Amino acid sequence: MTVTLRPPSSVRRSAWVKNPKLKPFLPYVVCLPIFLAIWQVISAILGQDRLPGPINVVANTWMPYIVEPFFDNGGTSKGLGLQILISLQRVAIGYLLAACTGILVGGVLGMSKFLGKGLDPVIQVLRTVPPLAWFPISLMVFQDANTSAIFVIFITAIWPIIINTAVGINQIPDDYNNVARVLKLSKKDYILNILIPSTVPYVFAGLRIAVGLAWLAIVAAEMLKADGGIGYFIWDAYNAGGDGSSSQIILAIFYVGLVGLSLDRLVAWVGRLVSPVSR
Amino acid sequence: MTAILPSTAATVNTGFLHFDCVGKTFPTPRGPYVAIEDVNLSVQQGEFICVIGHSGCGKSTLLNLVSGFSQPTSGGVYLDGQPIQEPGPDRMVVFQNYSLLPWKSARDNIALAVKAARPHLSTSEQRQVVDHHLELVGLTEAQHKRPDQLSGGMKQRVAIARALSIRPEVLILDEPFGALDAITKEELQEELLNIWEEARPTVLMITHDIDEALFLADRVVMMTNGPAATIGEVLEIPFDRPREREAVVEDPRYAQLRTEALDFLYRRFAHDDD
Repeated sequence: MTVTLRPPSSVRRSAWVKNPKLKPFLPYVVCLPIFLAIWQVISAILGQDRLPGPINVVANTWMPYIVEPFFDNGGTSKGLGLQILISLQRVAIGYLLAACTGILVGGVLGMSKFLGKGLDPVIQVLRTVPPLAWFPISLMVFQDANTSAIFVIFITAIWPIIINTAVGINQIPDDYNNVARVLKLSKKDYILNILIPSTVPYVFAGLRIAVGLAWLAIVAAEMLKADGGIGYFIWDAYNAGGDGSSSQIILAIFYVGLVGLSLDRLVAWVGRLVSPVSR
Repeated sequence: MTAILPSTAATVNTGFLHFDCVGKTFPTPRGPYVAIEDVNLSVQQGEFICVIGHSGCGKSTLLNLVSGFSQPTSGGVYLDGQPIQEPGPDRMVVFQNYSLLPWKSARDNIALAVKAARPHLSTSEQRQVVDHHLELVGLTEAQHKRPDQLSGGMKQRVAIARALSIRPEVLILDEPFGALDAITKEELQEELLNIWEEARPTVLMITHDIDEALFLADRVVMMTNGPAATIGEVLEIPFDRPREREAVVEDPRYAQLRTEALDFLYRRFAHDDD
C-alpha cells in the first residue's frame, strides 16, 4: 500500500490548467510575458535610449499619453485618441468611396467578359503600385495634403475590392446559372436572387483585405505630409527627438496595431452578418 | 431499330418529343469525340421514359440536348414540332445535385421558380401553387428551412416540387435519386409517380438503377456504350397505372424484363473498365 501525497502547490497548478474557464488563456499567460521579457532584455542590451523596454514605454508615456487620450492643446498637439480619430476619419472617407466604386466596377467587370478581360492588364499593373507611390501625383492633382491622403486610401483599397467582386461573380456555380437559364430569370431577378447572394462572401473577403491596406496606407501617408493623425504623430515624435520620443513612438505603433486589428475584425463581423449561408 | 418508333405514324411521323438522327461531337485536344450518334426516338406526350446505360454512354449529353443547354452537331431534337434551341421553363430540369439556392428556404426556392416561369398568375395564385406543391411532397412543415437544414431526400423533394410547380411540358430528371439511401429512394419514386399522375408531364429520366426504371417508366431506353453511343434497345413496360410496387415486382413479366435489361447491360454491352 503506497499513499501518494501530492504537495499542495502541484494541486493548485493542475487546478489552474484544468479549469475549463481559464485553460484557453493559458497560452497567453505563458507567451506574452516571455515576449515582454525578451523585449526588456534587448532593451537592456541596446540601452533604453535606443530602444526603451516595455516598462520604460509605460513609464515615459503614462502622462499624458496613456491617461489622457483626448487632451487637446490646440494645433497638432493632441492626445493619441484624437490623432487616431483624425486618421480614422480619413480612412473612412477613402475606404467608403473605394468600397462603393470598387463593388460597382468589379460588378461590371465580372458580368462583362469583354470588359473583364480587356481591363485586366490595367488592374494587374496598378494594383501592385505601393500606396505611397500614388502620393506625389495625388498632391499634384489635388494640391491639398488631406485630400491627397484620402485619395491614397481610395486607390490603395479599391483593387482587392474590384478583383474580389469580379472573381466572385465569375465563381457563381454553374448549378445556379443553369437554374437561372432554365427558369429564364429576368436580369433583375438574377442579380437579386443569385448574383448578389453568391458574391457577397467574396466581396467581403476583398473589403477585409482592403481595410488592412487602407490602414497601412494612411499611417504612411500621414508620415509624409499631413496635419494631425497617428502617422503624423509618429513622425513628429521622431523629429522632436526628445526624451520620451522613442517611448511615444512605440506606444503609437501599439495603438496603430490595435486599431488595424479592430478594423479587420469589424469588417469580418459585418461580413458574417450580411453573408447568406454558403453551400 | 424500327421497333423503336411507335406505330402511331399518323402525327407527321413524329411524337411530342422527337429525336431525329441526333449526333453530338465534342472537340477535344486529341481530335473530335463522338459522344452520341444516330439517336432516333419518339416520345408521346405524357409518356414516362427512363434512359439507362453505363456511365459515359452519353445519357447526360442526351439530356442537355433536350434541356437546351447544348445543341446537336447533327440531326435535331424537336418539341411539339419545334427545334429545341435554348433552355426554357417548358423543359424543367431536376438536377443531379438538387441545385437549390442555399440562401433561400425550401418555400422561397419554389416561389422564385413560380414567379419567374408563371408570371401571369397573381401573387395569391402563385402562393397557392407553392403551397400545393409543398404539400404534394410533404414539406409544408419544413417549408421555411434552408437546404443545409434538410436531408438529401428532402432537398430532392424540394427540387421536384420546384420543377413541377412551373407546369413544364417535359420534366427532365438527371439521376435524381442516385445519392439517396435505398428506403428514401423507394419513397421518393412512389411520390414522384403520384405527383406525376396529377399533371402528367412528359418525363425523361436518367438512371443507373434497373429496378427504378422498371417501376417508373412506360418505356426504358437502353443506351450502348460510348463513344458513339446510341439507343441499343427499348423495353416496353406494360404494368398498369397507378402502380403498386409489390404488384409490379411480383408480376412474372417483371422478372423477364429485368433479365432482358440485365442481359443488355451486363452481357451484350458490359462495361469494360479500362
